[in-house]
Amino acid sequence: MIHEQESIVIKTVARLLVPFIQLFALYVIMHGHSSPGGGFQGGVILAASFILLSIAYGLDEVKRRFSIKALTVLTSAGVFLYAGTGVLCLLLGENFLDYGVLPVVEPRGMGMLAIEIGVGITVMAAMVSIFHDLLDFE
Amino acid sequence: MDHSQLPILVVLIPMLVSFVIPLVGIWNKKLPFYMATAAMAASLLAALGIMNQVLQQGPISYRLGGWAPPWGIEYYIDHLNAFIMTLVCFISVFICIYSRKSITQERPGKEVHFYCVLLLLFTGLIGMLVTGDMFNIYVFLEISSLSAYALIAIGDEKAHFATFKYIIIGTIGACFYLLGVGYLYMATGSLNIHDLSTLLQPLYGSKVIVVSAIFFIIGLGIKMGLFPLHTWLPGAYTHAPSAVSAYIAPLMSKVAAYVFIRVMFTVFDVSFSFENLPIMEILSWIAAVAIIFGSIVAISQSDIKMMLAYSSISQIGYIVLGVTMGNREGFIGSVLHILNHAFMKGCLFAIVGAIIYRHGTRAIERFGNLHRTMPLTSAAFAVAALSMIGLPPTAGFFSKWYLVLGAISAGKWVFVVVIMISSLLNAVYFFRVVEHVFWKPKSGGTDLPIERNEAPNSMLIPILVLAAGILALGFASHWIIEMVIGQTVPAGIL
Repeated sequence: MIHEQESIVIKTVARLLVPFIQLFALYVIMHGHSSPGGGFQGGVILAASFILLSIAYGLDEVKRRFSIKALTVLTSAGVFLYAGTGVLCLLLGENFLDYGVLPVVEPRGMGMLAIEIGVGITVMAAMVSIFHDLLDFE
Repeated sequence: MDHSQLPILVVLIPMLVSFVIPLVGIWNKKLPFYMATAAMAASLLAALGIMNQVLQQGPISYRLGGWAPPWGIEYYIDHLNAFIMTLVCFISVFICIYSRKSITQERPGKEVHFYCVLLLLFTGLIGMLVTGDMFNIYVFLEISSLSAYALIAIGDEKAHFATFKYIIIGTIGACFYLLGVGYLYMATGSLNIHDLSTLLQPLYGSKVIVVSAIFFIIGLGIKMGLFPLHTWLPGAYTHAPSAVSAYIAPLMSKVAAYVFIRVMFTVFDVSFSFENLPIMEILSWIAAVAIIFGSIVAISQSDIKMMLAYSSISQIGYIVLGVTMGNREGFIGSVLHILNHAFMKGCLFAIVGAIIYRHGTRAIERFGNLHRTMPLTSAAFAVAALSMIGLPPTAGFFSKWYLVLGAISAGKWVFVVVIMISSLLNAVYFFRVVEHVFWKPKSGGTDLPIERNEAPNSMLIPILVLAAGILALGFASHWIIEMVIGQTVPAGIL
């Protein structure tokens, strides 16, 4: 179990870094379909920001803001976004994951983006909940 | 929806439902069971639809994301995988219905996650069956294996060690499979099974291909539980929760056996598997040793789950032995044995689970009076045991019959003798149990109580369905072979 750190330096640096880490994570996710990066990598970076918060401010503080239940919901929701995009293509009369039929501008790019976002959400939630589980084991 | 989407729906429905289950489980603990059963039943309907389509029009190809093979992932379903897919869906539905009472008693409070992971395992098995892409098989193999590790780990107090062993050995097996895929990709640049089978034709002399074939055999041998690589299997089957044993024992090794058949007879063709190297010759001897070894070790067990697990090792030997004969009868015998053994082992492990549910014992000596306290379950056990021994008219007789025919027409009389001896050994260890169940009420207070205490209906009905299935398959085996299994025999096998 990790408790809140005493050192004000660690807490301040963590507080300053976390927003930038998260912004960078979103950047990596958004660029996944057209350049290096993607949902998995972005999701891991996003999870790292929450793990940093847990180390600096203690697990209880992070759990208070971001509950286990919310993590469960996000883990499922991310995969669901992925599969749901595929099913949408199915419902629109094409094969599974055939983004070409999605009624948006640049359907293939957008379809892939939706999938990357789904992967990012799931990877983030799974990473954070694995971290929590490892620490809670006593 | 039109039928062309069935190949994806059969995988997609259980996958989507398994993601919804944890969400539903937050506010309702009972609903996940019904959702899981409904998802498996929907898959069964889809599988029957596919089966119908395959029987009428021949193999189906489905392009994932609209990408044409060999670049995109292709789902390719012919008679062999349509047949095994229907089998897996059928057994899954009934074992899922069966599992509710059992898992509630053995692991109260875990139902939500149990059904989530069980559906993922089901998704993995079905995925391995529908896909026509080597790497995709690996992905689904890992999905099913990881779910199986999780399911086995919630078993009794020794389950953690058994699971750890299974994880290590199973991961090594998956690595070997992946290395095999990697070597094939290196040599040909393709992952599509049918593309590979044409691209590999001129490359059979290459050492890379030979090495990859050996890696496939080792990796899939581990996943199947073939004799020298079986060490994870008895512990995993024995210490898993009863419902999980009843699910994993009939299905997981069968699907691995299907992948083995697919690799050895579709990816590599018959001329490579039989003529370039003595692979099949060696495998047939290994299988023969597995048959005898599994039966002999099973005789010495006092724990019935352990006995059934060793019996599974010997039955995997039959399946491998049949395909390595290299003739039509042997191949039919193997595929028929995949079907029959799935029913028999599912039924037997389900019966053991029901006995544990009511009386909390799996020691064979304590089964005295079982026919008084659980008459219908005991009757089902007798049917399944007769089928394992191979007495007509039960299903087990017909697959052994074809295996013996295969051995005779291959001129390998040793294997005829092996199958005969193994049947005798099967009779020894199953009659030992039958004797305790029906004829040997021991004095001394170790017996079960005499008053009737049958398993609850939700467990009894799946057991009786599987037992009736064993008899029905026996009577229908001629028809099944003519309609389906006869079509699965690969070209080049006479």
